[in-house]
Amino acid sequence: MSENVTILGIESSCDETAAAVVVNGRQVLSNEISSQIDIHTLYGGVVPEIASRKHVERVNQVIRTALKDAGKTLDDIDAIAVTQGPGLVGPLLVGVSAAKGIAFAKDIPLVGVHHIEGHISANFIAAPDLVPPFMCLVVSGGHTHLVIVKDYGVYEILGRTHDDAAGECFDKVARAVGLGYPGGPKIDRAAKTGNPDAIVFPQGKVAGSEYDFSFSGLKSAVLNYINTQRMQGHEINVPDLAASFEKSVVGVLVGHSMRAVDTYHADTFALAGGVASNSALRAAAKEACDARGIRFCCPPPILCTDNAAMIACAGYYEYCHGTRSGLDLNAQPNLPLRSMH
Amino acid sequence: MQIMAIEASGPVAGVALVRDHSLLAEYECSNHMTHSESLVPMMEEVRERLSLDLTTLDALAITRGPGSFTGLRIGAATIKGVGLALNKPVIGLSTLESLAFNLYGTDALVCPLMDARRGQVYAGIYREKDEPEEVLAPCAVPVEEILTKLNDLGERVIFLGDGVPVSKEKIESLVKVPYSFAPAHMNRQRAASTAVLAEHLLETKGESVLVSADDFRPEYLRKSQAEKQREEAEAKGEMEALAAGRMAKDPHFHA
Repeated sequence: MSENVTILGIESSCDETAAAVVVNGRQVLSNEISSQIDIHTLYGGVVPEIASRKHVERVNQVIRTALKDAGKTLDDIDAIAVTQGPGLVGPLLVGVSAAKGIAFAKDIPLVGVHHIEGHISANFIAAPDLVPPFMCLVVSGGHTHLVIVKDYGVYEILGRTHDDAAGECFDKVARAVGLGYPGGPKIDRAAKTGNPDAIVFPQGKVAGSEYDFSFSGLKSAVLNYINTQRMQGHEINVPDLAASFEKSVVGVLVGHSMRAVDTYHADTFALAGGVASNSALRAAAKEACDARGIRFCCPPPILCTDNAAMIACAGYYEYCHGTRSGLDLNAQPNLPLRSMH
Repeated sequence: MQIMAIEASGPVAGVALVRDHSLLAEYECSNHMTHSESLVPMMEEVRERLSLDLTTLDALAITRGPGSFTGLRIGAATIKGVGLALNKPVIGLSTLESLAFNLYGTDALVCPLMDARRGQVYAGIYREKDEPEEVLAPCAVPVEEILTKLNDLGERVIFLGDGVPVSKEKIESLVKVPYSFAPAHMNRQRAASTAVLAEHLLETKGESVLVSADDFRPEYLRKSQAEKQREEAEAKGEMEALAAGRMAKDPHFHA
């Protein structure tokens, strides 16, 4: 493994413009995130065109701040790692184009990074001694993947969602009960004072595929419940609904994960992605890991949300492996997660 | 003086380099690849062919809009990255102003038309004799409005741009002044025009035409659909409905 490789990471796949400087994959010198959440809250969700415009306005300042906070200049940067996909194409193109502009102008090697690989890699930053293999559940607004991390950049996908991502389901339920956007933290907060056994919602399982997820049935069940209650003139107890919904989601996420842990004899289980900030999910996953006597890893919220430190970390391992992207690197909104080598 | 110009606002990906009133490179390509795949490799090729030391550039130039939202952003983010890396300022020209400059020297009025879809064109009217002059500022309107304005002006006019094919029938039936269309080598965005005009403006107007790469942003001429919805919601007092997501399209990753 190369020593003292300094990577500038750039991430713009959704509504966060982010840049970070990371040394040797794990030492975060800076992690700058400019969130657009206030703007998108007005619309009840991320508006791609507005997100794209905001990324263009902020990208240089975010990169500059990341370099300054790290006490580095571009002359100190060994490679630029940029999120290539998946994500919203307009936002992705801004980060990719800016990264290529810098790489071209300064002759700095460029590495395109998979966004989910970034989320997984956040665990390497949070747990400096963590090394593959381990089992990882990636849950965010756009992704729900259960993955064996066999080595750096080498993945086996055991399961994924057939429809909505887990985080998407949080957003939709939050919206339906008037909690607004973003749904994840708002449901989390409301659920803390609710009774998780107040309402029984179905668990999103998929017949015939033991590690896949499906959340559209659960989402419909919650929306039906809300409509029925409203039609009958009943008040909806939002904390109870939030807690019961969360119990169902967490149950299936942790259930599938632990079945995989047991089957593959994993000695470490990690969470990743924005939904990994959910306190009920963290608690249930930790409890299940403790019960098995296996190691539980979960990045702090700042590394669970979309950030560029995780992209720089994933980029570092790709860079060390010899991965280089051309100046024709394009944004790939539907880029599948596959082993890079 | 040395300026590198890039073009990504419409169908053409382009790069040009002007040095002391000489055009040293001009590279334009309309292919089926996205500008994201074409633009920076073309810049790299121009650098290599000219053995260009990028640190000797005085400025970077680009058409800042109007144009394809995505194309404008690819160009803008690229030039911002280059400008940040080299610490070079940016000259952002109106796409229409640059298009009109393709025909510099003509006695006729020049009317660039860009296809803005939804029944509109991005258009302006320019005089390209002596000092380039804006007669009608860039706007997004139904083409009939521009044609009426040209009839009022009562002068010979040359049309150009990718808005010409979609407006041709209306031009033929409504224009009462003598008119013609620019030939193919002059009727699309050209990075060379942007480079040469940028050099001219920097020489005649000085640093007032420069903007830092950090502050440079595209000019879309049009609000996003969501912003229009928001303004309507504000006017009607329906901001809560907007925030409840009943008006915006579902955002997540099914782009």
